[in-house]
Amino acid sequence: MIPCCLVLLILAHFGCDSGTDKLPDSKESFDRRAMLQHWADQIIIPSYEHYNSKVTVLHVSTDQFTSSPSIENLMALRTAWKEAYLAWQWVSMYEIGKAEAINFRNFTNIFPTNTEGITKNIKSGNYNLELPSKFAEQGLPALDYLINGLGKDDQVVVNILGSVDYANYLTDLTSRLSNLSNEVLSDWKGGFRDRYIENSGSSGTSSVDKTVNDFMYDYEKFLRAGKIGIPAGVFSGSPIPKAVEARFSPGFSKELFLENLKASQDFFNGIAFGKDGEGVSLKSYLDHLGTEKDGAKLSDLINGQFDKSRETSGLVDSDFAKQVHQDNTQMLKLYDELQKNVILIKVDMMQALNIAVDYVDADGD
Amino acid sequence: MVKRVRRYLHKSTEAAPLAVFRILFALLMFISLVRFWSMGWISKFYIEPGFHFHYYGFDWVRPFGEFTYLLFVICGVSAVGVAIGWKYRLSIVLFFLSFTYIELLDKTTYLNHYYFVSVLSFLLIFLPANAYFSVDAYRTKDLSYQYVKSWHIDLIKLFLGMVYFYAGLAKLNHDWLFEALPLKIWLPSKSSVPILGGILHDEWAAFGFSWAGMLYDLFIPFLLLSRRIRPFAFVLVVIFHLMTRILFPIGMFPYIMIVSTLIYFSPAFHRRLLASLSRLLRLDFAIFDNGRHYVETGKLKVKFIFVFLLFQLAFPFRFMLAPGNLFWTEEGYRFSWRVMLMDKTGYANFKIVDKNTGIQFYVNNSDFLTPFQEKQMSTQADFVLEYGQYLGQYFKSKGQVTDPAVYVESYVSLNGKGSKLFVRPDLDLMQVNQKYQHHHLIIPFNEYKHYSAY
Repeated sequence: MIPCCLVLLILAHFGCDSGTDKLPDSKESFDRRAMLQHWADQIIIPSYEHYNSKVTVLHVSTDQFTSSPSIENLMALRTAWKEAYLAWQWVSMYEIGKAEAINFRNFTNIFPTNTEGITKNIKSGNYNLELPSKFAEQGLPALDYLINGLGKDDQVVVNILGSVDYANYLTDLTSRLSNLSNEVLSDWKGGFRDRYIENSGSSGTSSVDKTVNDFMYDYEKFLRAGKIGIPAGVFSGSPIPKAVEARFSPGFSKELFLENLKASQDFFNGIAFGKDGEGVSLKSYLDHLGTEKDGAKLSDLINGQFDKSRETSGLVDSDFAKQVHQDNTQMLKLYDELQKNVILIKVDMMQALNIAVDYVDADGD
Repeated sequence: MVKRVRRYLHKSTEAAPLAVFRILFALLMFISLVRFWSMGWISKFYIEPGFHFHYYGFDWVRPFGEFTYLLFVICGVSAVGVAIGWKYRLSIVLFFLSFTYIELLDKTTYLNHYYFVSVLSFLLIFLPANAYFSVDAYRTKDLSYQYVKSWHIDLIKLFLGMVYFYAGLAKLNHDWLFEALPLKIWLPSKSSVPILGGILHDEWAAFGFSWAGMLYDLFIPFLLLSRRIRPFAFVLVVIFHLMTRILFPIGMFPYIMIVSTLIYFSPAFHRRLLASLSRLLRLDFAIFDNGRHYVETGKLKVKFIFVFLLFQLAFPFRFMLAPGNLFWTEEGYRFSWRVMLMDKTGYANFKIVDKNTGIQFYVNNSDFLTPFQEKQMSTQADFVLEYGQYLGQYFKSKGQVTDPAVYVESYVSLNGKGSKLFVRPDLDLMQVNQKYQHHHLIIPFNEYKHYSAY
């Protein structure tokens, strides 16, 4: 009854007010549900499957190493770790549902890792990795320390890491990574996928709003600040080379950065995981709404800025720690380029899509 | 003329509408407070944040830690006191003071609705709203009157009408009328709303809603005044406010407005309402009908209210004293019934520079502000200034910086027109006087067309 009255009311007003013969373009409503479905089935779940397979391999490699410690098995373990770390860059931004509930990101990739705490845990054999206070003593950065940071000579590393205490801790870390990943993936494959897609509304707790906020948060806090800004001393006044991601694997930090950057851009463009070609996405949503800024398509500007960041990183050494040490200005330049996209995404895009920045639970006017 | 005014001021009317208004308004206030509490907002907005944004001149208003809950208890109990008309004068004064104090705690939570409640409860202090159908009137025959002055009720009608009319005036601007902004941004994302959802993505829906909203606000007070049109007008009131409730996260306000507009109805209507209520409560309604007339002593009160009304009429126009685009600077934006008028998104990045050592670094806002505070801060210049100065003092007191300069790099997008540099990035906020007006801080929004009627 009420809606009918309102429609009549609007029609009446509209009839009076528009003397022109041309009605504004009527267009199809953007299908948010289809976007969520594409995200879940083509991007998020495949990314988790990929990551899950990599941490499974990592755990198997750990078992092989601990049962027969050797340089060869250490090398295999390192390779498995690298692949898992690269795969992680494709899932870190989806901190929603189970991942959010279990603090997936914090238990997996908090760096710089706390080497003292790790050593203490190993020596005492007494630790509870489920405590939030142990974020920095586990996960992929802690593994970096164990497999790459215990000594320059590989045989020395094998000897230490092969000892019972270290081997136990190593196993605990990889099995925990694998368990957490399993938990998140099985939740997605269980009921969560459907609930995620069903929640296609536009409230602060809807899937679109939450996913975009998570995407933004990951870009801002982990890609821009964590990987680049903090080591470059943006928040502290002086560079902190030790704060780079994977600090015990010189040269790997940039690879991880580029992977995460690509994952972010691919998500924006709706590229199915491991495939080519774009699907329903934030980009197509913006284009559907015809969002422009200063006469250019906003989606083009955002993609241009992703590209510009990648281009700028070309001038940065593959070892971020070395770069901030020798010439921090290049790092700061990269930071500035990343920062520009924060504004395009967080201010321009989120306004256009009517998504509140950070879910705020309060009344409006 | 003077004679006519005098005659009007002496005119009497039944007190029933005022009693109904008192009961329903206070009851809704009580429900609002309970809702606020149950949402966990007392802690979230007033106790947890380490920093609060103050209104100029109200720095001394501070939350009381855990005792802030007590403030809400006082406010809630006094609302009940008002509703049942028990120790009415004390209750309404307490309600006004506690409610207003809560609103002054942090301007992050500013809503026109809250200001509306403060002003209305202030006016109620001066009205004999307990004259009829109240515990006071029931217990003390001296306080019981069947008739009050017409102006007691007309005052509320006038204020309500003013709020609507000014909200309508504010909509007479280029963006709202000719670009259907911000509704063109807000509505398409609501396409999952039942029934209506299907049309909301259409541009004409945004235009229809914009114009309908503007016409509604401007004309509803007059429609409600006419006895013939009133029932139809009330249907409009209900539809309009329920629509806003469905489409936007707007809290209790729609209900408050729907209930408040009942005051426009006739005394007979209100008597019927009270009669049913009496049956429900098994009260003897007739004892309030004592034929007594409330006598207004002291001319000072009438004069004071008159001056207060003049102030209310003039205050929303103060933005004219400041240069620049009102929506961009928001100088004179608050306390002016500009409701759901624009969409602003912003981002502010603060840089601390030690003037002695040259060391500089950026601030992580979430270390100091809640997401809500950060959201409000990033689009409003007075927030940026207050927070910037707080940061400078904070890092100085921590010994991290000896002589701080604070700069902000901030971008704001207004109504989807694209992010632009907002506060002047070359300004050391530590050197800026708090009294500085917004437009001194802000880069003007020149190209932007804004033809506001007021």
